[in-house]
Amino acid sequence: MEISANTQAIAYLISAILFILALKGLTHPASARRGNFLGMAGMAIAIVATLLGNEVHSYGFIVVGVLVGAVIGTVVAARVQMTAMPQLVAALHSFVGMAAVLVAIGTFLNHDAAGSLDPVMMGELSAGIIIGAITFSGSVVAFAKLQGLVSGAPVKFKGQHALNAAIALATVALGVHFAMTESMTSLVLITLLAFILGFTLIIPIGGADMPVIISMLNSYSGWAAAATGFTLGNLLLIIVGALVGFSGAILSYIMCRAMNRSIINVVFGGFGSESEGAPSAAGVAAEKGVKSASVEDAIYWMEDANKVIIVPGYGMAVAQAQHALKELMELLEEKEVAVKFAIHPVAGRMPGHMNVLLAEADIPYDHVMEMDEINPEFPTADVTLVVGANDVVNPAARTDSSSPIYGMPILDAAKARQVYFLKRSMNPGYSGVDNLLFYQDNTSLIFGDAKDTIEGMVVALKGGGH
Amino acid sequence: MPDTLVALYVFVLACFIGYYVIWGVTPSLHTPLVALTNAISGIIIVGALLVTGLENVGTAAEIFGFVAVLLASINVFGGFLVTNRMLAMFKKKDK
Repeated sequence: MEISANTQAIAYLISAILFILALKGLTHPASARRGNFLGMAGMAIAIVATLLGNEVHSYGFIVVGVLVGAVIGTVVAARVQMTAMPQLVAALHSFVGMAAVLVAIGTFLNHDAAGSLDPVMMGELSAGIIIGAITFSGSVVAFAKLQGLVSGAPVKFKGQHALNAAIALATVALGVHFAMTESMTSLVLITLLAFILGFTLIIPIGGADMPVIISMLNSYSGWAAAATGFTLGNLLLIIVGALVGFSGAILSYIMCRAMNRSIINVVFGGFGSESEGAPSAAGVAAEKGVKSASVEDAIYWMEDANKVIIVPGYGMAVAQAQHALKELMELLEEKEVAVKFAIHPVAGRMPGHMNVLLAEADIPYDHVMEMDEINPEFPTADVTLVVGANDVVNPAARTDSSSPIYGMPILDAAKARQVYFLKRSMNPGYSGVDNLLFYQDNTSLIFGDAKDTIEGMVVALKGGGH
Repeated sequence: MPDTLVALYVFVLACFIGYYVIWGVTPSLHTPLVALTNAISGIIIVGALLVTGLENVGTAAEIFGFVAVLLASINVFGGFLVTNRMLAMFKKKDK
């Protein structure tokens, strides 16, 4: 069976609509799964319509490729740990980037053989290769940093920005040369340079900025698909590429806003590395020392509380403390304590990272609040329990204009009657900034592994010893 | 209107749709959003199929196309399934 070009175009249109509805489904957790199924349907229609169209003639390689990919994808999706989601996403982004590069080169070879190259298409093709290659190598670096294969610390050297600018200019110049001359050498050079550029663009960006990087690479993978759509004259690829590209761009914007930084500032780095002149307020406060508390102290306050707000951060993910937190939540609720979770937009290593981990631990999503929803509630809370978060509750962001995080919106954790901080050590957060909240009168630190500490609280609550 | 201009029209209008739809996504689902858009950008598989399946395709192009099909397929299956796995975990109380 073969379908006409018109039938195929209608199928692509339906597929595009299904993708839009899929994204729309994510407006609310209740409609999200249905949305995902609509997306699957859209993809199935697109693939079948392409295979049945009159452009595809040989199926051997295709069937093998799809099946092997399906097996790998299914196994990975079933096995991956929720805490490893940022790495998985980075790896998948790199595949889209690489696929875009391969499709662009394959298209060039096909058209070259048929003698049907034209400058506009070659320009589009170069764009596809450049964006795809940057997406690929950038995502590989992000993956390596997230997976701990390389240090998450920013890698910086003198003249870095000048080097990146030079590579970018050379890449674009080669793209123009390629479009005008059809030179295979230029094509190879463009590809290599763009791979290098993706690498050098991402290495200076530190672990704490990963939510922005993941969003940005998400966006690039969309633009890569859109550029491929232009090359192939395929409207479905263009539509989907634009949707994904904008999704990533908006997420990047939301993440940057949540850190009160511009995207330029994130991309060109410098966070935590500025040399401070005047002694900061945090430095002064540090001389006051910090109070440490025991698990029993915290339990004493929490079991008689009306409301406890828990602020999770990346440390919770590292310690895998979400399941213990769920148990703590249930025990406190049995004692008529209202328990809520407060999520800062940049908590964790990717947008929404904490929400997924809490959902994994079966914590109902209506207990999990966004920053703007929960901030007015802190003054009425008896206890704030900070689990592996740091910069996002640092009052220096409000009060200390010399602090690098000054101006960043924060969770008002400090306004609760008592603040308990679960900390492994006194190391500052990823921004390298000392936390003023440690030195506040109503704050106590509980040192130790977050999971062990919370499990200790659970045991103490079960014992009912107080 | 030349095809490239039609493509540009479609692209710009799709950007607007993307803009308005994405702002509606609840922040608690931002990780599934990234995973879902990841799966959807596996649509590049269409391009890979067109390259690989061309009549009289050269060997080099066919190999490139094959690898692209494979990678995009991992994305499609991995992306949608992991999104589904995550979304299945988002529950309301007492369900």
